[in-house]
This record gives sequence, C-alpha cells and structure tokens, in this order.
Amino acid sequence: MAVERVKPAGTPPGRRSFLGLAWLGIGVAALGEAAWIVASFVKPRRRAPKDGGSLVVAGPSDGFAPGSVTAFPEGKFYLVRLADGGFLALHRQCTHLGCSVPWDEASGRFACPCHASAFDLRGDVLAPPAPRPLDLFAVRIENGIVKVDVSAPVRRSAFDASQVTRG
Amino acid sequence: MGHVKRSRSSGAPEPAGRSSLSWLGRFLTVPATDGDRARTVVGTFVLHLRPVRVPKATIRFTHTFGLGGMSLVLLSVLALTGSLLMLGYTPVPGEAYASIERLQAEVPFGAFVRSVHHWSANLLVLVAFLHMLRVFFTGGFLDGRALNWLVGLVLLAAIAAASFTGYLLPWDQLAYWAVTIVTGMAGYVPFAGSALAGLLRGGPEIGPETLGTYYALHTQWLPALLFAGALFHFWRVRRAGGVVVPPDAVLDERGKPEQVLFLPDLLWREAAVGLLLLAAVSLFSALVRAPLGPPANPGLSPNPAKAPWYFLGFQELLIHLHPLFAVVVVPVLGALALGALPYLGFPKDEPRGAWFLSDRGRRTARLAAVAGVATTCVLIVIDHLLLGGPGSLAGSAALVTRGLLPVSALLVVCGVGFRLLRSRLGATRLEAAQALFVFLAAGFAVLTATGIWFRGPGMRLVWPWNA
Repeated sequence: MAVERVKPAGTPPGRRSFLGLAWLGIGVAALGEAAWIVASFVKPRRRAPKDGGSLVVAGPSDGFAPGSVTAFPEGKFYLVRLADGGFLALHRQCTHLGCSVPWDEASGRFACPCHASAFDLRGDVLAPPAPRPLDLFAVRIENGIVKVDVSAPVRRSAFDASQVTRG
Repeated sequence: MGHVKRSRSSGAPEPAGRSSLSWLGRFLTVPATDGDRARTVVGTFVLHLRPVRVPKATIRFTHTFGLGGMSLVLLSVLALTGSLLMLGYTPVPGEAYASIERLQAEVPFGAFVRSVHHWSANLLVLVAFLHMLRVFFTGGFLDGRALNWLVGLVLLAAIAAASFTGYLLPWDQLAYWAVTIVTGMAGYVPFAGSALAGLLRGGPEIGPETLGTYYALHTQWLPALLFAGALFHFWRVRRAGGVVVPPDAVLDERGKPEQVLFLPDLLWREAAVGLLLLAAVSLFSALVRAPLGPPANPGLSPNPAKAPWYFLGFQELLIHLHPLFAVVVVPVLGALALGALPYLGFPKDEPRGAWFLSDRGRRTARLAAVAGVATTCVLIVIDHLLLGGPGSLAGSAALVTRGLLPVSALLVVCGVGFRLLRSRLGATRLEAAQALFVFLAAGFAVLTATGIWFRGPGMRLVWPWNA
C-alpha cells in the first residue's frame, strides 16, 4: 500500500524535508515568542516609584523620645529611636510568613499574632519561628528632619551598630 | 449523526422500556439490538468519551463511590455558578469586598449562588483527593493506567490551585492573610524564594496586581486546564477499558468479566449519584451561607492566621521542621513518590482491583493507618511538651536537627517497615507499598487536622472547644 520513495544515498535534502525543517523552526520560534510574551505579562509588575513617593518624611528628630516606637502605617514601618538616640526604620512585615507585627508597649517587644514570633526594639528575634530580624528601611537625617526611604526593605542576619542612623 | 439508525423493522411491536428514554429525544434512542445500541452510543459525542460496555462488577457504587463523576459534576457546578458570580464581581482591592456584599444583599439568590460555589469548591478538593485514594487502593494506577494517574495528579494540583486563587477574591481578612501565609511559605524556597513569592504576589506584597492575576487564573486559565484535562482523563479511562475490574467479577462463557451496556445500566447510576450530589450541595448551601469576614486590613493580622485548610498540613510541618524541608523537601519527595508509583515495577501477578487489594492488604493497611495516626500525634505532642514547641528553626544546626535527621529517620522507618511487612506479614510488594502509603497519608491527615482544629492563638496547641 505505502509508496516507498527510495533515494540514492548522498543526495542533498529535498524540498519537502527543507520545508519541514523550516516549519519546525518557525514553530519553535513562535513558541519561544509566546513564552516570552506570557513571561513578561506574569513578571511582578512593580509600579515605578513616583517622584518622592518612596521617601517618607517622618519629622524633626527631636520629636522622637529615646526608647520610643512610632508607627507609620502609610510607609509600612516603625520608626524606632534607641535609648542612645540612634534611629532605625523597621519593616512591619514578620520575617516568618509576612504577617503585620504590632508593637506591644507593655512588654516592650514586637509580637507577631500569627505564629508567636517576637522581636526586640532593635528588630532582633526574641522568639522563633522567625528566621531573621525585622527588615530595615534606609533612614536619612537631613537638617534635623528624619526621612525614610521605603522603596526596598533590606535584609540582615543580626543587629549591628552600623545599621543605626544618628543625627 | 444522520446515519444513526432509529427505525425498527416494520410491524414489530414497540418494546417496553423505550418510552422511559423518550425525553432524551432524537439524540438518544434505544434501538432493539445490541449492535444498533452500540452504533447509537458511538455516534453520540458525549458518549464517545465513555465505553460502550462496561464490566458489570465495576458499576457497583461501592467499587468507586462515583468520586470521579462527582468531581466532574462539581466542576460543572463551579463553572456555572462561577460565571454568574463574575457578572457581579469587581476584581479591584477597594471594590471587591463591597461587590461581594452587594451581591449577597441585593441580588436575588446572590448569597445562595455564592454559597453553592464556595461549598462546591471545598467539596471538590475533598472529593478529588478521595478519588485519588480510591484509585490507589484499588490498584487503578497500574497496567497501562500510568499516564492517567499522572494526569490525575496534575488535575488534583490544578484543583488546589483553582481553589487557592479563588480564596483571595472575596478580599476579606481570611482571604488576605491566608494568601499572605501561603506566598510567604513559597518565600522559603532556596535561591528562588523571594522571586517566587514576588511572582505569586505580582509584586512585593499582596495588592491590586495579585488580585488581578488570581482573578485571571481562577476564571480563565485554571478552568480551561481543568476541563481539557478532565476530558482527557475520562477518555483515558475509556481507553483502558473502564475502571479497574475487581477480581471477584462474574465471568461470562468466554472467561471475560460479564459486561453490561453503558446505556442504560451505568448512565442511570451516574445520573442518580450526580443528582443526589446536586441536591445535597444545594440543600447545604441554602442552610449554611458561605462565610465572609471583615474586609482585608493589611495592617492588622488576625490571630491565628492560617492558610486554606488544604494547605494546613504544610503549615503544621513548618512549625516542626526547618522551612527548607517543610516547604520544599517534603512536598517534593511526596510528589515524586506519588508520580513514581506506577513505574515501580509491581509484579503483574499480585492481586489488585479489589479495595485494599486483598484481606491481608486490608489488615496491613489498617495497621499502618493506626501506626501513622499514633506516631504523628505522639511526635506533635512530644515536640510541644518536651522540646517546648518550635525551637529555633533557622540556621544551619536546625537544617540538620529539624530537617535532615527527621526526614532521614522517616525514610529509614519506611524502608524497615517495607522489609518487615514483606518478611513477617508475608505482604506482597503492592500490599507493602500500600501500607507505607497509608502510614504517610494518615500522618499527613493528622497534620492537617491539627492545623485546622488544634492550633489556636499564636499557633499554640489547644483543644478545639477552647479555640
């Protein structure tokens, strides 16, 4: 039934096999293109920060008492003034699974309601399961005004003095 | 379909039984002879997916409990109610919650339709999982059904994904924080973690992009995958000659299992199960409304914050194991083991097809279930009482003590258990593998139940009535 087309060895590839290959190539290219398009749609669509949008002006530095914690809900951070007068901006998101961590004034710690992680004033872990201290935002003090850059939280493995901003 | 033969030889009396099918009209008539019936069935598109004849022993309800068919019925209910809900829903953070409230308060049957959708979705996760257990326990993943077992696993994952993406849409506290927890779990994947969490959230945290992405996945991509996959899944069952035949099937004179026609014997049973299911879901939804908590507040996490119930087994693991093991190693090992099941070369002469394979299979499975439940309960309580609950789970020491050690211990227990089952209890390879599966599944069920009912504020162990 089937018609065998016997070709002598060494003949160059025929038109059919060339066209077949061409179709295959076009198909692969189309697939790649489609995958590229899908990937670029799926990629996290971070909105570009508007001018000054990522900078939160917290206020004059002497408005924060040493040893105090002030919440900035719009910037999603706590501005901490340590006892020695240094500033830290702590991301309010728990490093365990991302819950919002409230400051508990009575016990002097950040206590996560989801899985009982706790952090001290400097953001260091007091109680697991949190794997690392609270993330930081960069703090600047310009002319006595505290400004916090909330564009990207910075990870750290432990507190150290270099993380503190002093005015 | 014009060639389908509908007329009978002239003068023949109308056989009894035809009239009961007449409502199916011109598409489905029941001609007199088996051959005509077969042609009618083959010529009908829907029935093209199903076998013409099925072994009589397989249509017994307790052989399959109709779980696969139930899944398809629930999928269809979800598609119908879902497309209604889409008409009234606004997938934008500031408006999503209000649109659901409006739908429930002002649209006639709005609350009912949403409840049917909600409860069907939860039931589907359960039914599809039970379906997988049924197929496993009757040996339905062997002998030419390997591909369909894999397709089934993909469908199960797609059902979980569809359910999870739908979980966010009401935009209430429960939805927002459950999705925060699950995407946070994805953040523990090594190297790609924060990129993966960013991908799942569509940005650094849950926001409009997340809602938009989940809405698209939930209403377009996943339903398309599910229906196409389910169609293929059903067709593969047909290709395999119907569901797996139990060994006690009555044989006909040719030594083959006795056959009955799909139409009417099986179809009526399926219709009965489907309609009963519809009635049960409707009744339940009329009595119990789908929950809607307070609107999402990104600044205020509820206590405790939990993932959707079908992911709570993994969240429970996260309390005991290093995140890398709880979120990556254990789930990946589990998925690989499930996927590899058909390819482990189980001997063809070992008994299969009956529930739990054999009497010995039933005994060993029971033993394994008790062992799995007991071991997991004891381990959870020990971890809580003696080790003081979750110790430090971070760092390289925990990687060993809370990861490598317990997981290797589990693998050793499984290996030794397999040997003992084979040598002491005389189990076949299939029966021994079944017992291990039961042991692990029972453990996972206990983890899930603990996460749902026994974890209170701060994820501390509590009694359900104190929670």
